[in-house]
Amino acid sequence: MDPITLSRLQFALTTIYHWLFVPLTLGMGWFVAFMQTRYYQTRDETWRKMAKFWGKLFLINFAIGVVTGIVQEFQFGMNWSEYSRYVGDIFGAPLAVEALLAFFMESTFLGIWIFGEGRVPEKVHLASIWLVAIGSNLSALWILLANGWMQHPVGYVINEANGRAELVNFFALVGNPKGWIFFWHTIADGLAMASFMILAVSAWHLLRKQNVDFFKRSFQMGALVGLIASTLVFLGGHTMGQFMYENQPMKFAAIEAHWETSAPADFSILTIGDLSGKREVWSLRTSQLGIPGVLSFLACNNFDCEVRGVYDIQAEYEALYGPGDYIPLMVVTYWTFRIMMTFGFIMMGASAFFLWATRKKDYENAKWLKFVPFGALALPYLANASGWILTEMGRQPWIVQGLLKVEDAVSPNLTTLDLLISLIGYTLVYGALAVVMVKLMLKYAKAGPDAAMHESVDAAPALVGADD
Amino acid sequence: MSYETLQTIWFILIAVLWIGFYFLEGFDFGVGMLLPFLGKKDEERRAIINAIGSVWDGNEVWLLTAGGATFAAFPHWYATMFSGFYLPLFLLLTGLIIRGVSFEYRSKNPDPKWRNRFDWMIAIGSFLPALLLGTAFANLAKGVPIDANMNYVSPNGIMTTLGLLNPYGLIGGLATVTVFLLHGANFLALKLEGELRERAHALSKKLYIAAAVVTTLLLIATYLYTDIRTKLGINPGITPIASYAALLVSIYFINRKMEGWAFISVAAHIVLTQVTFFTLMFPRVMISSLNPDWSLTIYNASSSQYTLTVMSIVALIFVPIVLAYQGWTYYMFRKRISTDKKTLVY
Ligand code: HDD
Ligand code: HEM
Ligand code: HEM
Repeated sequence: MDPITLSRLQFALTTIYHWLFVPLTLGMGWFVAFMQTRYYQTRDETWRKMAKFWGKLFLINFAIGVVTGIVQEFQFGMNWSEYSRYVGDIFGAPLAVEALLAFFMESTFLGIWIFGEGRVPEKVHLASIWLVAIGSNLSALWILLANGWMQHPVGYVINEANGRAELVNFFALVGNPKGWIFFWHTIADGLAMASFMILAVSAWHLLRKQNVDFFKRSFQMGALVGLIASTLVFLGGHTMGQFMYENQPMKFAAIEAHWETSAPADFSILTIGDLSGKREVWSLRTSQLGIPGVLSFLACNNFDCEVRGVYDIQAEYEALYGPGDYIPLMVVTYWTFRIMMTFGFIMMGASAFFLWATRKKDYENAKWLKFVPFGALALPYLANASGWILTEMGRQPWIVQGLLKVEDAVSPNLTTLDLLISLIGYTLVYGALAVVMVKLMLKYAKAGPDAAMHESVDAAPALVGADD
Repeated sequence: MSYETLQTIWFILIAVLWIGFYFLEGFDFGVGMLLPFLGKKDEERRAIINAIGSVWDGNEVWLLTAGGATFAAFPHWYATMFSGFYLPLFLLLTGLIIRGVSFEYRSKNPDPKWRNRFDWMIAIGSFLPALLLGTAFANLAKGVPIDANMNYVSPNGIMTTLGLLNPYGLIGGLATVTVFLLHGANFLALKLEGELRERAHALSKKLYIAAAVVTTLLLIATYLYTDIRTKLGINPGITPIASYAALLVSIYFINRKMEGWAFISVAAHIVLTQVTFFTLMFPRVMISSLNPDWSLTIYNASSSQYTLTVMSIVALIFVPIVLAYQGWTYYMFRKRISTDKKTLVY
């Protein structure tokens, strides 16, 4: 395999991996901060236990998010040096701001939160968890602005003398609508992720009739926030789709396998392509079910606007950028979009149902509860990974939309051997981390709130020898 | 402000970030490397980890910020250095990964085997970055093969990476490891109580000898392998001399158990060594060993004037805030750590 493919593979692997842990951090931070605040206000022990218990899971997850993030920070220079030269002027800025503004904040105050209980004034301790939550969400904002620029470059000129993109308007970069829609969709998705984690763990305990009050309160919170958050995720996603229709029409056509330009355009229920992913074999569209124009509606909120197809855009790009293949890998974009969207709707429906179900006092005896622990975890994790894969692969062959191609972005000095060493190395290390992390998550999630009240396992007899 | 002033300011700022990182993470790495050797019982090891528990992540962010700032201010420096040192950086990152996770996870399971394994991972994860950073910095001072297009030349792939392990690089790596060990022992003598404090103190005396010997070697080697004579002159000026003196003086404080001063003098040594490194480099950021004209300098590697101006404003606002709250954390957690289980977190 050539260095480009390997670099792509490695970037995809490490980023998706980092991204498995990040949304939970983003969402769970708010939950823990809220719970601790309620304890501070009401002195109700259950709130305190909730902050502790969910806080423990938050920390186990956070640790992996941090260490895998470090890799991300260096990878641009390591694997994409030509990219870094080309856009460093612009792209480096949000990255540096992220470190200065967000990473210092979250890491410092997390230290205070972990170590400060009983050592610093209670108010400071409480403030520190809020600052952790704010800090991690700020970090999301800045990295999404950076990524938003790659999808929709703004505020730059191409300097002909040195062949680089240079920043001319910082405020355009910071105000990039693409980045802000990413941010909206993403923090909502973080909250949804945390809600579903809470739902899953709570259901597991309710099924076993353990700490029923504690987990009922948690479950209800999870259902409520889950409903609000997944609705926001959907609204954000719809907005994203419309923006994409304007600024990345090829991606938009690709997530729908929309080959030919049409007005009105139909939403694809199921399309099967050939193995190259560049030709359609069979498809079923909404108009065949009697509702024409659904794709037009997604794109521009009315049922008959024109949606351009892949072939037209390919022809336009060839005229604009020269000969080449500008069509992303259709199978991937099409299916990842479908997974994300379907799961999003299921999450909305499920959390609405949960919320409705919690009105009944004894829902812990309900049959449906036993599907929750696994189902509620699978949905957001798969939707998340799918969302990013579609975002990034839908941008192919560009690394910066319209400006720089992935094949021109890679570090020229790397050999296949270098990349094999690092790729295999990361795979092994990340694999081992996942095993340890999942083991600890399960252990603490199963042990329940009483064990989490103790600072260390040493002092928590219930945990010693628990389960494994 | 003129373009050249901005470029100089950003060179200094990045130097400051590296210096802060060496100073802070230096003792973290030292503590990590000493962990399995200094802590005999589980509580002792926990006390040692707790001594840096609340700060290590914040300290590591200095490295991330140095990386981010280099990307923003000197993209070519970031691109050439990180792609050039590909495999060493990969190893360094692996070290940081296993180390960071181990701090958080080692106490989460009472099984002694589990804990011991993580303790060793902390030690290895601290040793690797220290060794590799030292090696990398030494090679930077000596010069690395950079071609006319600012790319690191690797005609034979992995062999180029192994080329970093030349004598000067290795001495640089060893010097960093020994000085960090000493710095870590001094930090622990300052932060711990009772028998552990005594042990850290006793170890510090031994480590001093190792650090002094290797640093002297590094000093001599620097005259042989780098252009320090032409760049700084035969009398290199006050900084390098003060740096060396600070290290030598530390034994006086160590012997008299003046823990605060011992810590400060080794810290001063680390800081001044870094200052020396950056003055030796200036205005170059990466020296080409193939042709001096192909070196990266703050002038040909930097971002546009506009970006540097924007970033200066951002830094001016936020760096003081960050320094204030980080300093405040150290102040808040200034009490010594005991091995009393009830007070331990990790
Ligand atoms: C739990 C996770 C989750 C769920 C349920 C959804 N999404 Fe999503 N989506 C993401 C998680 C995500 C993501 C992984 O976070 C992405 C990748 C980039 C981004 O900012 O968010 C994303 C990207 C993304 C994009 C690509 C943006 C671009 O490349 O410009 C679109 C169009 C949508 N989403 C639309 C939707 C719609 C219509 C949903 C219906 C409910 C939906 N998403 C649910
Ligand atoms: C911010 C700077 C980023 C850069 C420079 C970047 C660049 C790249 C590159 C070069 C690839 C490989 C291209 C390919 O495989 O086709 C890639 C793939 C990917 N990236 Fe990004 N990316 C960035 C941000 C992100 C972020 C923030 C995420 C989400 C957490 C992300 C998620 C992905 C995913 C899931 C893939 C796999 C898709 C694939 O294999 O094609 N990326 N990215
Ligand atoms: C490819 C681009 C990315 C880079 C370079 C990057 C960089 C980093 C770094 C260096 C850290 C560790 C900070 C520390 O030591 O405390 C980190 C953690 C974190 N990052 Fe990323 N990151 C990327 C993608 C993302 C995305 C897309 C988001 C959110 C939208 C995000 C949000 C976070 C959060 C919340 C943390 C805190 C710890 C945790 O993940 O649990 N990152 N990231």
